[in-house]
Amino acid sequence: MKHIVIIGNGISGVTAARHIRKNSKNQITLVSGEAPYFFSRTALMYVYMGHMEFKHTQPYENWFWAKNKIDLKQGFVNRIDTDNNCIFFEDNTSISYDQLVIASGSKTNKFGWPGQDSKGVMGLYHKQDLEQLEQFAPNNQVCKRAVIVGGGLIGIELAEMLRSRNIPVTFLVREKSFWNDVLPDQESEMINRHIREHHVDLRLSTQLREIKANASGQVTSVIIEKTGEEIFCDVVGLTAGVSPNIDFVKDSNIVTGRGIKVNRFLETNISNIYAIGDCAEQQEPMGERKAIEAVWYTGRMMGETLAQTICKHRTAYHPGHWFNSAKFFDIEYQTYGWVWAKPKENEARFYWGHKNGKMCIHLNYDKNTHQFIGINNFGMRMRHAFFDKVLTKKKSVSYVLAHLSDANFDPEFYKKYASEIVSKFNQENNTSIELKKKSWKRIFSEA
Amino acid sequence: MKRIQNIGLVIFLIGLSLFTGTIFTGSFHLSPSALDAFIMEKGYQNEIIKTELTKAFVTADPLTIFEFSDRVRHAYEVANNHYDLLIAQYDAEKNWDKKGEQYQYKIYGKPHTLSFDLAKIAGKGYVKAHAGLMWMLTFGLGILGSLLFILPNLILLGKAGIKNDGIYLKASTNRGWIAWLVLIYLVSFYLLLYFMPDYVVNWTFIVDPISLFLNGGPASQWFVYGFLYCTIMVVMALRMYIKYRGNKYQVMRTTSVLFFQIVFAFLIPEIMTSLNMPGYDFKNAFPLDYDFFFDWNLDDLRNSGSIGLFILIWGIVLTLVMVPVMVYFFGKRWYCSWVCGCGGLAETLGDPYRQHSDKSLHAWKLERWLIHAVLVFSLVMTLVTLYCYFTGSPSFLGIHSQWIKDSYSFLIGAWFAGVIGTGFYPIFGNRVWCRFGCPLAAYMGIVQRFKSRFRITTNGGQCISCGNCSTYCEQGIDVRAYAQKGENIVRSSCVGCGICSAVCPRGVLKLESGPEKGRINPTDILLGNNIDLIQLVNKREK
Repeated sequence: MKHIVIIGNGISGVTAARHIRKNSKNQITLVSGEAPYFFSRTALMYVYMGHMEFKHTQPYENWFWAKNKIDLKQGFVNRIDTDNNCIFFEDNTSISYDQLVIASGSKTNKFGWPGQDSKGVMGLYHKQDLEQLEQFAPNNQVCKRAVIVGGGLIGIELAEMLRSRNIPVTFLVREKSFWNDVLPDQESEMINRHIREHHVDLRLSTQLREIKANASGQVTSVIIEKTGEEIFCDVVGLTAGVSPNIDFVKDSNIVTGRGIKVNRFLETNISNIYAIGDCAEQQEPMGERKAIEAVWYTGRMMGETLAQTICKHRTAYHPGHWFNSAKFFDIEYQTYGWVWAKPKENEARFYWGHKNGKMCIHLNYDKNTHQFIGINNFGMRMRHAFFDKVLTKKKSVSYVLAHLSDANFDPEFYKKYASEIVSKFNQENNTSIELKKKSWKRIFSEA
Repeated sequence: MKRIQNIGLVIFLIGLSLFTGTIFTGSFHLSPSALDAFIMEKGYQNEIIKTELTKAFVTADPLTIFEFSDRVRHAYEVANNHYDLLIAQYDAEKNWDKKGEQYQYKIYGKPHTLSFDLAKIAGKGYVKAHAGLMWMLTFGLGILGSLLFILPNLILLGKAGIKNDGIYLKASTNRGWIAWLVLIYLVSFYLLLYFMPDYVVNWTFIVDPISLFLNGGPASQWFVYGFLYCTIMVVMALRMYIKYRGNKYQVMRTTSVLFFQIVFAFLIPEIMTSLNMPGYDFKNAFPLDYDFFFDWNLDDLRNSGSIGLFILIWGIVLTLVMVPVMVYFFGKRWYCSWVCGCGGLAETLGDPYRQHSDKSLHAWKLERWLIHAVLVFSLVMTLVTLYCYFTGSPSFLGIHSQWIKDSYSFLIGAWFAGVIGTGFYPIFGNRVWCRFGCPLAAYMGIVQRFKSRFRITTNGGQCISCGNCSTYCEQGIDVRAYAQKGENIVRSSCVGCGICSAVCPRGVLKLESGPEKGRINPTDILLGNNIDLIQLVNKREK
């Protein structure tokens, strides 16, 4: 029986722990300083918005851990002694391990802005960030305005949160359109409009110069680069991305770059130490995927994979086709395969948008072979299994269009747009694709 | 807009106060001739009751309903005591003939019911004299106030989308003090309605004209309840339409329950009554309709000619054929959240409280024991009743027919379905009865779990474990536990309200009916990971 110690009780660490438990009798210790029990950090926003209480963000009841013999240890690790297989906590206590899994997640990026450590300046990642926000922005009397810096997924979520309590929000986005390093122009433009519709003061192509604070260190305003405009505010949200949370690893023998360097088996340079989730940096490229992917499901998949390796079935991390999802205020977004912000040399695009400006799909396919590459769908839901199969089987864009009814995942009675989409494609491309009726047989057929 | 809402709230509270206040109004007096007519109509053989009741009403002072009720119940007790003493006496003397004779003189039924029947004819006062005006001041103000409170949300809530902001920040919806006040009011309401109807006889005066118009007779407390039920559902359905206006499934479902409540549960039975037919709710399936096989109902149906026979056959076919066939094709949602009256109230009045259902494993265990126990209880009761009905014996398998019927009506019909089921909305959530008690739900649940095309499909690996689905599941299903494993949700208790799918921020859940094969799909590794790994692990688990 080995002692497996896992640093971090987020989705990666917890998934690894659960799967190790399923496949072995090893002793498992799950370490976290952030919260005693696993919670879903993607749901922190809903706690502030009053959709849930914090306990609802915890996917497992508190008895789950003891019942499954997963020991929980609360505390922040500040040092790893790889020679003696030991981790040390802030209070100088230590635990020894046979195998160590580092799943310490991310921390908020701060780019050295003056005043970035003032009171009322915060990211939105940890449970403690939520507690701070509750303290500094409980309502629009205490927080008369908030400024958000950085136009990504966390930024727009923070904007939605603050708007739910009627707090005026100024949203500074460096790019000339929201998230347009990821989203094509049409989608990005749609989200710009939607952000403004929710009464957010969206400032595109705008950067932060400095954050000003009063004598007691409480933020009072921000100054904008170039124009020098001063915006008075009580809270500043820093949401310009996250980076691996690995300061406590830096002094050890573990090789790090931006994250902890791992090979395809999620192994670090030290033979009994692994890294998974947001903090892991892949040394070898994985198709079009980035070396560090701070995405919920990739953390989970690494946990699933590593558990096999630890349980004597050495398995390479080999994620399947890219997919993702998000929600921008009221507009849901899903993507399967790749749809780049700008088409590549060999790519052709097809875009359909609803006239209400809140719904669209964007297809990406190969100009010459017509092979389907990816889809963005906004305001409508699509079936993951369908697109996974289409991508594996390298189906054509016309196959996808003809089977859009199979792909649709909207609730029953929702208006269907498949035929409208297909006829637009036919018109633009001089094709005669016919929409097929939904078939359960096809949906359930093996990939 | 906010101002209009506040005005609406005040108007609503005035209406509610007046409605509640009417209980304490009016005076009750019965003339000797009216009393004679009443006793004649009831066919009481009891010789004491007349004297006792006359004594009770011969007074110069006008009686309030509470004094009136006290006196009637006292008269009832004295009248029955007399014969009970005789019975005991003859019993001691072993004079069986004499003892047997006494039973015909006893008055059966509940004392409060006798008091209600008398109060109905004895009542006088402003409310009775000005029913129309009082309707406007109670129901009218209540409706007006509610609309002023609800309709501005069309603008205040902004564009279509999920509108759950602040639910856990408000005392009305986070089990705060307002929720407790509502609980106390609702529980008191049900206690009065079920056990002390005479105290609220004034409410029946308010709707007497409507009852007269619909069924040709004065209103009973059940007419008040039915009318109030429909009114509340209409008003709260408007709230649903506004809250879920971006979601067509919710809009259609709300319209459906509204239609079945107003037309099937309320209008058709009233009109049938006016035509001298048995007033029957054609959608109310046994065993939810637990007294369908009670002797009085069977007698009533047998004496009602071809319509009675039709109802008898319909009721049996509904339960034995239609219910399971529909559950096979659509899941039990076709009934629970599209047709049922209890479900209808839960989905309208109860929607603000849906998040309070207990999601713990412990609650799930309790649910399975309790709901199936009620199903067995209802079936045993029906078996005993039917056996006794056809054989004429008073008991079967050592169970006394009247006793088991009374116990079920009291424990399940009144306390579980009414007082707890609805009264506890603000604290335990809106589906307590449907989840823990309804025998029809238990029956449909068994079909749904083992032989149905219905499931909630989980969309591959998209789940982020946020927990919105579980939080807003009114049936206390931990939806996330399945979704985060990539597993479809196939649970006997799911009523298919579709809210989990609506609140999901990632488009993970879809209610649908499809082939039975592949409906239940246990997974260990989710879609999106290495295909070889998925196949290896998921096969190993099987």
